[in-house]
Amino acid sequence: MNKKLMYGTHAIGEAAIQAGCTCYFGYPITPQNELPEYMSQRLAEVPGGVFIQAESELAAINMVLGASVAGARAMTSSSSPGISLKQEGISFLAGSELPAVIVNIMRGGPGLGNIAPAQSDYFQATRGGGHGDYRLVVFAPASVQEMADLTFHAFDVADEYRTPVMIMGDGMLGQMMEPVIIPKPRKGKKMPEKDYILTGARGRPARLVKSLILDTKDMEEHNWKLVRKFKRIEERETRWEGYMLDDADMVVIAYGTAARIAKGAINRLRREDANLRVGMIRPITVSPFPVKAIREAAQTIKDFFVFEMSTGQMVDDVRLALEGQGTIHFYGRPGGVVPSARELGRSIARRYYQAIRKRKQ
Amino acid sequence: MKKVYQRPRSLRDVPMHYCPGCGHSIIHRLIAELLDEMGLRESAICVPPAGCAVLAYYYLDIDMVEAPHGRATAVATGIKRVRPDNLVFSYQGDGDLAAIGTAEALHAANRGENITVIFVNNAVYGMTGGQMAPTTLSGMKTTTTPAGRNPRSEGPPIRVCELLQGLANTVYLERTAVNSPANVMKTKKAIKKAFGVQQKKAGFSLVEILSPCPTNWRMDAVASCTWIDEVMAREFPLGVIKEVPC
Amino acid sequence: MQGKILIHHEKCKGCRLCMTFCPKGCIRVSAKLNAKGYAYAECDPDKPCTGCGTCALMCPEAIIEVYRE
Repeated sequence: MNKKLMYGTHAIGEAAIQAGCTCYFGYPITPQNELPEYMSQRLAEVPGGVFIQAESELAAINMVLGASVAGARAMTSSSSPGISLKQEGISFLAGSELPAVIVNIMRGGPGLGNIAPAQSDYFQATRGGGHGDYRLVVFAPASVQEMADLTFHAFDVADEYRTPVMIMGDGMLGQMMEPVIIPKPRKGKKMPEKDYILTGARGRPARLVKSLILDTKDMEEHNWKLVRKFKRIEERETRWEGYMLDDADMVVIAYGTAARIAKGAINRLRREDANLRVGMIRPITVSPFPVKAIREAAQTIKDFFVFEMSTGQMVDDVRLALEGQGTIHFYGRPGGVVPSARELGRSIARRYYQAIRKRKQ
Repeated sequence: MKKVYQRPRSLRDVPMHYCPGCGHSIIHRLIAELLDEMGLRESAICVPPAGCAVLAYYYLDIDMVEAPHGRATAVATGIKRVRPDNLVFSYQGDGDLAAIGTAEALHAANRGENITVIFVNNAVYGMTGGQMAPTTLSGMKTTTTPAGRNPRSEGPPIRVCELLQGLANTVYLERTAVNSPANVMKTKKAIKKAFGVQQKKAGFSLVEILSPCPTNWRMDAVASCTWIDEVMAREFPLGVIKEVPC
Repeated sequence: MQGKILIHHEKCKGCRLCMTFCPKGCIRVSAKLNAKGYAYAECDPDKPCTGCGTCALMCPEAIIEVYRE
């Protein structure tokens, strides 16, 4: 049991290396600097390891594109403004069907914002921040252990479906330390065969990786192909955690750090008032979004309390999932504010009792 | 009679979309000839630009990957770092390299990436219809400088080789042209030397090639070649700008 | 020195670089047009070609084959 106390960012870095990531291209931006720093040291110890601090986040994502098309498992990371600079590159990765892992340690925005933890890039991540119809696979860890596990898993998802995958943490998750067991590759696990990578046309026809498709019918078909791919991902890769749902008659929906605070609030409320029955659904993949889990809960539960460290973005996905089958109470704290469990608990309790009164009328 | 010359094997036998007399076609042919002569076709990986030459991958029979406009040197960096033994080169136009891609080109050169850049300078944005490029000459009319480029407001043309010369890690920088038999031969020699620098793992090489763009210069192919000699080469002197023995 | 060239007329775009730089003036514009409507380059039978290859050196379309004794 090699459990270690690690920073969230370091856990991501080590898990990536254990997953076979040999190429990392980064750029300094708080609150994720510890990741490029970590990789600059660790990749020097990895055979074939490549670390470049690029001249910009934009150059970095394009280096990822190059390393990926050359067959390596490649990663880049940044924080909110830097992720904005990577959007064109991410759109090209999606269009060219190239695997890559992109880490966003979110901070307060918009604009220069601040360096406090926030969840304000949800739309950018899940609605495709770049141009064109494409969907990004987005994991939302809520602990240092999950940052390691989901990063490790992200490389397999990226390779299996030939798609960019995002790990969406925030400044708190990135910079806090928790005990973590870094996943190790199974014995004899081989890297997936890649018949599309560029190695030089020796003994085979030349290969071409591109996203320019001038014929509109071909481009349309390519779009539907990407949609079908995301449907497969939706069916197989959607992940969420349920917490105290069995007897709940109100469900909190929150991810990442917000979900940790919500869990604390729920525990506190249930201790104080046994018949205040609140549970939680925590999306672990926010794209694909756990629509089924929410619809199932809506069979019996009518009140949903959505909490985000933003002005409300995931709440739209909840609204889409429910399609009017439940009442949504939204509570948001943008700008890098991290409310306490007690503060959140008060708001949940108030909405809970209002809902009961209304149901009794 | 012995056949002494035919279309190079590395150049697919398909008509190219380039305009009559376009320099891109000549440069593609030279690269293909070199890939044959140096036995590099099976090792080469090229990153074309977003520009007229994006469709180079229909013509050069080698592994290729498209990069976003301006980012070819960053993509080539990623490829070369993963596959140091492959011949990796980017093929970029003046807008691609010296406007939107300046930072990527400058920093790849400064890091001394062991790649070769084929930089085609035709003084305009070709594919998009002849707008001003960073290398458009002062006073030169384009679709976005209808009154002629004004160095006061649009700046004078940028000399890329001279710009990169000051970076310690640049090993070989030469400017040639493809507007006459002698210059075409010099261009081929320069690209060969640049590929050689890369094979010797000596560092960053770039060949800037003045290339006719008859359509957007509003001249025929022959007049374009003359214009390069009489006007363009004055602004962009030909020759070896930097050569570190290696 | 005896030589000859073969121009693939259908692939010529009529840019005229070959005939401009041919040292012996052996290439001329044909009176006919190819399928694409270009007045293509063709050999002038009256002018002896030395097979020097300058035309092929300049040809953007790489459609000139050069033969030499």
